[in-house]
Amino acid sequence: MQGNWERIGNEAWRLAPRDAMRVPAIVYASAALLAGMEDKVEVQLRNVASLPGIVTAAYGMPDAHWGYGFPIGGVAAFDPDQGGIISAGGVGYDISCGVRLIRTGLTAGDLERNKEALADVLAREIPAGMGSRGRVHLSPGELDAMLAGGARWAVESGYGMAEDLERTEERGRMAAADPAAVSPQAKHRQRDEMGTLGSGNHYLEVQRVERVFDRNAAAAMGLAEEEVVVSIHCGSRGLGHQIGTEFLKEMALRASEFRIGLPDRELACAPLRSELGMRYLGAMRAGINCALANRQILTHLLRGAFRQVFPQAGLQVVYDVSHNTCKEERHRVDGRETTLFVHRKGATRAFGPGHPKLPEEFRESGQPVIIGGTMGTASWVLAGTAASESLAFSSACHGAGRSMSRHQATKAWSGRQLIDELKAQGILIRSPSLRGVAEEAPGAYKDVDEVARVTEASGLARRVARLVPRVCVKG
Amino acid sequence: MTVETADWETFVHGADIGVRGFGDQPAAAFAHAAMALTSVTTDPAGVRGTVHVDFCCEEPSLEFLLLEWLNRLVYETATQGLLFGRFDVAINDNRLTAQAWGEPIDTQRHEPAVEVKGATMTELKVEQRPDRRWVAQCVVDV
Repeated sequence: MQGNWERIGNEAWRLAPRDAMRVPAIVYASAALLAGMEDKVEVQLRNVASLPGIVTAAYGMPDAHWGYGFPIGGVAAFDPDQGGIISAGGVGYDISCGVRLIRTGLTAGDLERNKEALADVLAREIPAGMGSRGRVHLSPGELDAMLAGGARWAVESGYGMAEDLERTEERGRMAAADPAAVSPQAKHRQRDEMGTLGSGNHYLEVQRVERVFDRNAAAAMGLAEEEVVVSIHCGSRGLGHQIGTEFLKEMALRASEFRIGLPDRELACAPLRSELGMRYLGAMRAGINCALANRQILTHLLRGAFRQVFPQAGLQVVYDVSHNTCKEERHRVDGRETTLFVHRKGATRAFGPGHPKLPEEFRESGQPVIIGGTMGTASWVLAGTAASESLAFSSACHGAGRSMSRHQATKAWSGRQLIDELKAQGILIRSPSLRGVAEEAPGAYKDVDEVARVTEASGLARRVARLVPRVCVKG
Repeated sequence: MTVETADWETFVHGADIGVRGFGDQPAAAFAHAAMALTSVTTDPAGVRGTVHVDFCCEEPSLEFLLLEWLNRLVYETATQGLLFGRFDVAINDNRLTAQAWGEPIDTQRHEPAVEVKGATMTELKVEQRPDRRWVAQCVVDV
C-alpha cells in the first residue's frame, strides 16, 4: 500500500481520517507486509471507516488482503446507539468459516508407522471436493433444529461428545439464531452438505507439533512437541453462501432507503436497528450454527476414521474458532463499556487471559487462535492477549492469505508434480482434483511464519506452537 | 487475464476468479458468461447435454439480472449436482428466460477443480463497448 501510513507502534500503522472517513484505519503489519498489501486493501479500509456507527478504527490484520467490500483480515465494530450497521459483506459469504484443532494422543512416531493407511481411510471417510455429499441428510425440521442448535444439536444427535462443546466458541451454539430468517433455497442447498469439507482452500490436515513457543499456554491446550493433531478448516457450506448472496443483494437494492451511500456495492449493509438488519443478524447466526454443526459432524467422522487405523487414539478438541462473523460483544470505547457488533472478516476472535467467555482452562493462557497455513508449510496456534482488547477489539489474524491467483498457480505447478514433491517431504496429499491441488500450491500463499511473527510482535496474540503437515485431505 | 475463447474468458481477482462473456446482444453475453462460469470448475467442452433446466427471473437492472442468472446456475449445480455446457438465453426488459443443457457431475471425467459458491457484485458490469459488443462480467466466490 502506498498511502500516507504513519507508524504508531511496533508493527502498527495508522491512516488519518479524511474525506468520508469517520475514524482512522489501523493496520498491524511489518513494513514489508504493509508494502505487500494491495492498494485495494487501503481503499476498502477507508470505505469501512466511512460506514455509519463505526467506532475507534477500521482495522487490518497482518494477513489483510483484498476481499469483497471489507478486506479479508478486516475488523470493524459498530455501535447500534450511534446508528451502527451490520454488513453481509463485512461477514463474508462463507459465514463462520473457521478452524477446529483436535489432539489425537498419538506421537509423530505412531503416525509415521501407519500414515499411508490413515491417509487412505481419511480420503474415504471425509467427504471432500465438489459433488461430494454428506452422510447426514436432514429433514426440514431437523435442519431448523440444527440452525438453532449448532454443534450442541450435533452432539445431542449423536455426533460427538459433550466435552467438545466446552472447547468451541459460544460453547457450540450461537444464541439468538433465527432459522425462519433463512430462505428455503439456503436450507435446500444444505440438505445433503452436512459433514462435508467443501472445496477451494478447505482441508482436513494431520499435523505434527513441531515446536512449542509458550510452554504454559501449550500445556493449557494439551499440546506438546512431537504430538499429532488434526486441523479441520471449513465453514457453513452452501447455506452460508446462499444467505450471504441473498442478503447482500437485498441490502444493496435497499441502500437508498436507509440513506447509506455505498462506494462499493459489496459493502451493502443495513442499520442494526432495522427489520432487515435484525433479520440478517438472525440468519447469519443460524449460518454460524451451521458451520459449528458441520465441523462437529466432521469431528465425529474423523474419530471413526482414526479408530480404524489407530484404535488407541483419543481425539479431543483443543478449540474451534470462527473467522467470518459478526458478534455482539462488550468492549471499552472511550473508557466506557459499550455493546458493539464486531465484524471479523477473515479475522479470529482472540480474547485475552481472564475473559469471562473463555473456558476455565484458558482463563490464564488466553483464547487459542488457530492460524491455517498451507499443505506444504505450517499452521500456528497462538493465544489471545490482554492487549488485543484495546488494539483491535480482541482480534487476530486467520491465515496466510494468497499471494498468487489460482490461474497463476496452475501455470506454475501441476497437481501431480506437487503431490510427488510433497510426498518426498513425507507429506501425503489426498484430493479428488489434481487441478484443485495445483490451485492451492503452498507457493501461492504468503509466508505464514511471518504473519504469525508480526501478530505476536504487534501484541494481537502470542505464539504458542508451530504445526507442520503430514497428511492433507484437500477439498 | 486469461483469454479462453473469443466469446468468454476468466480474469484474475485475488483469491477468486472473474467470469466474462461477450456478445452482440446482452443475452449472448449472458450465455457466454455462463460458459466462463462452468470453466472455473471444468472444461465446458467436456460437459454433455443430457439434461436441461429452464430458468426465468426478473430484476431491476441488467447487472442484477446477470447476478441472479449466474446464482441460479450455481444453485442448480449445488442442489442437483449438475454441470452445464450449453445455454440458450433471451432477455426482454430485464426479464430473462433461459435453458441450460448439462449433465450430473462425474468426478472422474470432469475432475472438478473448485466449486463456485456464488456470483458477487465485485466487478459486476453489463455494458456495451465502443465496438458495439456487449460484455457481462462479475467475480465469483470459490
